[in-house]
Amino acid sequence: MSTALLEPRVQAPRNYLNAEYGWKSWLFTLDHKRIALLYMVSITVFFLIGASFAALMRIQLLSPQGELVQPETYNKLFTLHGIVMIFFFLIPSIPAVLGNFLVPLMVGARDLAFPKLNLLSWYIYVVGGLFTLFAAIAGGVDTGWTFYTPYSSTYSNTQVTAVAVGVFITGFSSILTGLNFIVTIHKMRAPGLTWFRMPLFLWAMYATSLIMILGTPVLAITIFLLAIEHLFHVGIFSPALGGDPLLFQHLFWFYSHPAVYIMILPSMGVVSEIIACFSRKRIFGYRVVAFSSVAIAVLGFLVWGHHMFVTGQSVYAGLVFSLLSFLVAIPSAIKVFNWTSTLYKGSISYDAPMLYALGFIGLFTMGGLTGLFLASLATDVHLNGTYFIVAHFHYIMVGGAVMGYLGGMHFWWPKISGRLYPNGWAAFAAVIIFIGFNLTFFPQFVLGYLGMPRRYAFYPAEFQVLNVMSTAGASVLGVGYLIPLIYFIWSMRYGPVAPKNPWGATGLEWQTASPPTTENFAEIPVVTQEAYAYSEAEQEVNLG
Amino acid sequence: MADHVNLEHATGMAHQFENLDQQQDADMLGIWLFLVTEIMFFGGVFASYAIYRWFYLPAFEGGSHILDIRLGATNTIVLLGSSLTMALSVRSAQTGNRRATVMFLILTMILGGAFLGIKGVEYHQKFVEHIVPSLDWAPEGKVLAELAPGGLQHAELYFIFYFAMTGLHALHMIIGMGLLLWLVLRARKGAFTPHYFAPVEVVGLYWHFVDIVWIFLFPLLYLIGGRY
Amino acid sequence: MSQQIDSIKSYVLVFLSLIGLTLLTTGVAFVDLGAFNTVVALAIAASKMLLVILFFMQVRHSGGLVRVVILAGFFWFALLVAFTMSDYGTRSWTPTPVPWSSMAPPTHP
Repeated sequence: MSTALLEPRVQAPRNYLNAEYGWKSWLFTLDHKRIALLYMVSITVFFLIGASFAALMRIQLLSPQGELVQPETYNKLFTLHGIVMIFFFLIPSIPAVLGNFLVPLMVGARDLAFPKLNLLSWYIYVVGGLFTLFAAIAGGVDTGWTFYTPYSSTYSNTQVTAVAVGVFITGFSSILTGLNFIVTIHKMRAPGLTWFRMPLFLWAMYATSLIMILGTPVLAITIFLLAIEHLFHVGIFSPALGGDPLLFQHLFWFYSHPAVYIMILPSMGVVSEIIACFSRKRIFGYRVVAFSSVAIAVLGFLVWGHHMFVTGQSVYAGLVFSLLSFLVAIPSAIKVFNWTSTLYKGSISYDAPMLYALGFIGLFTMGGLTGLFLASLATDVHLNGTYFIVAHFHYIMVGGAVMGYLGGMHFWWPKISGRLYPNGWAAFAAVIIFIGFNLTFFPQFVLGYLGMPRRYAFYPAEFQVLNVMSTAGASVLGVGYLIPLIYFIWSMRYGPVAPKNPWGATGLEWQTASPPTTENFAEIPVVTQEAYAYSEAEQEVNLG
Repeated sequence: MADHVNLEHATGMAHQFENLDQQQDADMLGIWLFLVTEIMFFGGVFASYAIYRWFYLPAFEGGSHILDIRLGATNTIVLLGSSLTMALSVRSAQTGNRRATVMFLILTMILGGAFLGIKGVEYHQKFVEHIVPSLDWAPEGKVLAELAPGGLQHAELYFIFYFAMTGLHALHMIIGMGLLLWLVLRARKGAFTPHYFAPVEVVGLYWHFVDIVWIFLFPLLYLIGGRY
Repeated sequence: MSQQIDSIKSYVLVFLSLIGLTLLTTGVAFVDLGAFNTVVALAIAASKMLLVILFFMQVRHSGGLVRVVILAGFFWFALLVAFTMSDYGTRSWTPTPVPWSSMAPPTHP
């Protein structure tokens, strides 16, 4: 590997990274791969901001009385942590980085259907993000990321409108990305690439895009009405004028529940790709996994009332939402069974991407199962508003979605950057992250069960040990996240040059150079094989 | 690759597509997907309106009676007319008739402007009658008599929806006017041919959608409870 | 997108139908039909919408994908309304709890 440093410097072939130089060639680019990198940098910045808020929260919770910040400040910390992590990190992460990079390559096209809209979506994201940062600096917001009325609309004197405007703007970024993916997948697939020959990552991007199109606009109108109520002191959701706070919650969760599927479906797509490659096997039950992605997207719109079981919602509506919430777990479980069946009798290698994918399966399963506790009306009465919920969604969002994002970055990094990263450090970091994650969030299940409320800046003394464990875990997790940041940046300069297909994976993206040229393909490829034709590829290698 | 660039300048086809048909298909699917997002956007406020009308029907009836049904009906007809001229503009582009394309686009803008003007008159009337929620809410005289039976608080809620829904609609109209102006400027320069007129179609679909929103706003806001 | 060009006459006919329906809905508003007023008004509005979609927006010439997209949009809007209303509509099905203080003390066995 180190011989690369001893060889004479060879002129790197023309690729999308060195095609043009200068800030204008990046900020005015229409190349989906460069736009993906613009997103990658931005979401990393927001991740670090959101993580800083979390760090302050965990330090505050080291002691029962909490001496770091005032309770009012703590409220702002957890609110901004949620808003930044959800809207500015998780929702864009895989779609805007890996999706933007890979969708045209995987369908065999030169770019997405609407490259200018793609660039516009990044600019919209940045503007929305800056608005929100301004609001954070100018006093913050303390309503919780859920903005429940009438506190947010009538009583809070924090920067509700500014943050609402920031989120409203960023929503359009999501909508444009989803629109681009749907049109690209429908209209720009290469000859021979039928729907059921597509990699499952594309199915996941398609299902995610459906949610973005159908759900995000409802968030937009909800925020609009909230802002009107806040600015003009009129009562749309406030009881003072005959408004109903629950109407806000219905509208808000109509988007925000499907939003969690926006956050997890892409990771599931990544996991399918990784499991297939590192087991050298077709994904077991390809069609079922493909349909399950769409089923999750559709069913995910029918369950939002499970966030409102204890709010005064009708018990009968609660029954229906509870039943549907159990149903939506089924397609997710199907995926887990199919991934596991793929592993069975596979030829397994434990490179870093595979470690993240395996970690995902375990942690997502735990997060998903604990969701069933919450979908059940009776147990939710006790667990709602406690740390059990916090642990549940962090197992899915961090143990699931973030692990999927990191796994995807490790899998496709050679393609994106043309460089290899040190596998030893990568495996080490994956293990540190797994350990740190569980140490941070498993104690929170116990805390929630024991009754510790969420969103509180202090707690009864008997909960201290578990809280200290959680903070210790968060420190380990933070270190774990820093390591890939370091070696990815290191690899761009000092990493060994990557071959076209370092993992021996199937898929059109691995037919291009690492990194690809700006146009992706000199000639549009023709697809003749099913997805994940690993045994055929091996036969070719044996014969050739 | 160079061929693609030349083709782009000659026919208006972008480089990521293989042929104009593919681009046309993609453009149509794209705008319809965007219109679906608009259905869900307006859908949220229509859903909220439906809930509150269900709860507070007398207040909504009272508020509706205050609106000027003649102006509302006239505006509906004006907007439907603008949809006709918009459709005719697309048709003119499709048949390669540049002057007719531009003329119908300008007619659409004139009718759109008339709609906004009449809306402005109606909004002004609300200020005169002091029935603007929060900013100028002090109904009196005949207006007060009309609103009081349903409850003044809930009547204010009705007018919040009146302003929010027609305001959002008007905002979409204004954006539409901007798009129409852009089309006029491009059409005058001969940018559209019978083979490439997708921008006219796309803006046309947007304009028709905004018209459809008004087709529902008119009965839902102006015709509640009848006027018998 | 099809190359079919509709005649000016067809567009004008659709426009005149739309005007007619507008005048009809305005006129019906002055007749007392009770709850039916709303039903009739929405039915007329839906008809006008269909005319605009099929003729002005040329969906009658469009392929299946566009039609599925449009139907999905309306269906999702219907989901939002239906599920939300199901909450409000069924709240009265369970009795409102009364405070403990207003109830008789329990008798122990």
